[in-house]
Amino acid sequence: MIFTLKIWRQKNAVDKGGFVTYKVEDISPDSSFFEMLDHLNQLLIGRGEDPVAFDHDCREGICGTCSLYINGRPHGPLKGTTTCQLHMRAFRNGETIHVEPWRCGAFPVIKDLIVDRSAFDRIIQAGGYISVNSGGIPDANTIPVPKHDADTAFDAASCIGCGACVASCPNASAMLFVGAKVSHLALLPQGRVEAARRVQKMVSCMDELGFGNCSNSYACEAECPKEISVANIARMNREFLAARLFAEKEKEISFSL
Amino acid sequence: MIKLNAGAPRAQLSDQWNTYKASCKLVNPNNKRKLDIIVVGTGLAGASAAATLGQLGYNVKSLCYQDTPRRAHSIAAQGGINAAKNYQNDGDNVFRLFYDTIKGGDYRARESNVYRLASISPEIIDLCVAQGVPFAREYGGMLANRSFGGTQVSRTFYARGQTGQQLLIGAYSALSRQIAEGNVKLYNRRDVLDIVIIDGKARGVIARNLVTGELERHSAHAVVLASGGYGNVFCLSTNAMGSNVTPVWSAYKKGALFANPCFTQIHPTCIPVHGEFQSKLTLMSESLRNDGRIWVPRESEDAEKLRQKKIRPEQIHETKRDYYLERRYPAFGNLVPRDVASRAAKERCDAGYGVGTSGRAVFLDFSDAINRLGIEAISARYGNLFQMYERIVDDNPYLTPMMIYPAVHYTMGGLWVDYELMTTVPGLYSIGECNFSDHGANRLGASALMQGLADGYFVLPYTISGYLSNEIHTPGIQTTLPEFHLAIQDVTDRLARLKNTNGKASVDHFHRKLGKIMWEYCGMSRNEAGLQKALGLIGELKEEFAADVRIPGGLKEYNPELEKAWRVKDFIELGDLMVRDALQRKESCGGHFREEFQTPDGEALRDDERFSFVAAWEYKGGAAEPEMHREELFFETVKPSQRSYK
Repeated sequence: MIFTLKIWRQKNAVDKGGFVTYKVEDISPDSSFFEMLDHLNQLLIGRGEDPVAFDHDCREGICGTCSLYINGRPHGPLKGTTTCQLHMRAFRNGETIHVEPWRCGAFPVIKDLIVDRSAFDRIIQAGGYISVNSGGIPDANTIPVPKHDADTAFDAASCIGCGACVASCPNASAMLFVGAKVSHLALLPQGRVEAARRVQKMVSCMDELGFGNCSNSYACEAECPKEISVANIARMNREFLAARLFAEKEKEISFSL
Repeated sequence: MIKLNAGAPRAQLSDQWNTYKASCKLVNPNNKRKLDIIVVGTGLAGASAAATLGQLGYNVKSLCYQDTPRRAHSIAAQGGINAAKNYQNDGDNVFRLFYDTIKGGDYRARESNVYRLASISPEIIDLCVAQGVPFAREYGGMLANRSFGGTQVSRTFYARGQTGQQLLIGAYSALSRQIAEGNVKLYNRRDVLDIVIIDGKARGVIARNLVTGELERHSAHAVVLASGGYGNVFCLSTNAMGSNVTPVWSAYKKGALFANPCFTQIHPTCIPVHGEFQSKLTLMSESLRNDGRIWVPRESEDAEKLRQKKIRPEQIHETKRDYYLERRYPAFGNLVPRDVASRAAKERCDAGYGVGTSGRAVFLDFSDAINRLGIEAISARYGNLFQMYERIVDDNPYLTPMMIYPAVHYTMGGLWVDYELMTTVPGLYSIGECNFSDHGANRLGASALMQGLADGYFVLPYTISGYLSNEIHTPGIQTTLPEFHLAIQDVTDRLARLKNTNGKASVDHFHRKLGKIMWEYCGMSRNEAGLQKALGLIGELKEEFAADVRIPGGLKEYNPELEKAWRVKDFIELGDLMVRDALQRKESCGGHFREEFQTPDGEALRDDERFSFVAAWEYKGGAAEPEMHREELFFETVKPSQRSYK
């Protein structure tokens, strides 16, 4: 197959950047999108040019490292698919493909197609965990969890933290990412203990980092490679509201201690 | 000859770990605060270790090459994690898990370490559940289990086909909590390029900031390597693109012994290679073998027609199919251990019965299971795997059998460590896949996650305190010491030399070449002549690389080609060591199959008289040949016998 690629090139965070056009030929339809880019990079290296920088690692759709805004869609045209799992058979022969980095103020560009997503780490650090130490834990089966709850928690926990939700949202909102983590832990009995505290801390961190409010466009759900449901945003809002209502009470208790 | 002593406590096997814990030296909380520890890698072993050491009160620095710790390649583990919980009441216990692991490893692992691993396994599940890991459950709310290759009990805990991901998120959450509390400082997008040794002790690392290209000095009282396996020496493997041997290789060059480098695991169920541009191989979880039946056509004409796509597999009548694992191993059938299943697939393909366009594939067929249990049940168990397969291959496995072929997946070899997980360099520890200790010559399915978390959460936090209790009077290590200057200078020179080669061939060119050599001569089966040939080819490749590699871009900027070049340079050197190790081991055991040593019916022939030892290699400097040392293995509890799955 033959493709024309219009790829965003940007030397570093301060460079203005712009599209550069490349042509690639002899691409197998069974090649992955990255194997096609590898092929392009081999050509560029052969010509003494700087290869295109892009984030990728596991290349099997699970690590969340890859990004890429392909023809205006995070992770390209297929539903429930990361860029690394996208194959060239998903494109027409001779097609022109636009490739851009995630565009969001909280994810600054590092180089070409690579952005800095450490804001997500900071949100998790704000409370995306259950505070247990590795010692003195009771037997795992002492906490029965209804299968349905465990499955729903799993669906939320399958988030790979790639940032496609933010990239797809007109408001660059991170609420699907945060909602998924809040839901994962709030749905499990072992996560209820800190649920109120967690949702408040994570939401305020998300706001501080400059992510927008939910745009209600549901673009995040449509583009999420793990097909995480916007119901998680609703659950987060519910958890947040409940936590705010009871926030005073919690404060009083902590003062009386 | 270095005398290698594992140093397990003198006690009955089942009491050793308790004896150790009861007598090991501790560090009091005030002193912990003054002690620094570097942890390299944030996979299951590294993240769990950094989180636990942080929780204990040490000052921890955690480094990873990924943009965030959550992406380490443990995340790709699909099938599950073993634990001797006996929740199914099917006869499991700690001893049986220990026995299965020793036997599965073909009697080339150390009894004391493996017993400890088995005895810790139940605690891992308790902790993970408390962290919120959403394991699969039964309707009664209890945890579900499944069986896995090489065992006859159901002791594997799982989270759909994404167990590694969920466990890593658990460890990453624990790590994030410690980062928030200030006990752990995270350095992401860093490659560790050298280990700094001062007065014989590991005291720090030199890291390259991958974004700016700056070299950094990090100092500590102890250094823990948790940087994973070296499967990418084969170029095509199921490892992540960035998985590398570099920190381990630096440790080797600084005096740590490298044990059993030739023990690599070829996983039987991967998606077959499709073409020249392929960059990586994708694993299909071994759990698929619980319900899938493996076969090739009985007639070679049928195989030929399938290769030419003249017929479809469904058209081949039941009587014309050869379910070769069920035929050869009636007791274990499709659930034989990985090394056995992989070799059997190769044997059929070599004999001309392989399918797929390349002839290097066999079928994994779910039609019986679908008829028996229904599509929904199969979809609930393997839905995401089937989807992944369809995405890559463009074939629907509910309707037509999957095609699979073995691929490099895990490396049992690694840095030699003692009972305390310390290498031969004082203060330098190695945990998880990057050490050699628990899996012998072959790892059982669902045991890697168990080992990584056991080392990080429950073993290292105890064993490192013994060493650090002697360091409480050592003030913080200054990065201005001459050893750091020398190390920085050395790394700077080596980077410049790489960059200034200005040759004609890209790094990938060399990596592919190395991969082909390793796969051909040091892969699923090995022989003397092939290994000798590989030794020569690797030597030539090393020279070619030094003379002709081309690296675009600069040193002080984001430069993925430079990163790759450094990794491939180390892989080439490692390839040489692997081949030497495979040459000296004149027996077949586990993943190491020497064609000269097999039974008349083609099974691996071990030689316990001569090879019941760990081969630990010592670096002797540039051109000199490495020296092999031995740690003899003593089996006091389990008597080695020929592994039989028939």
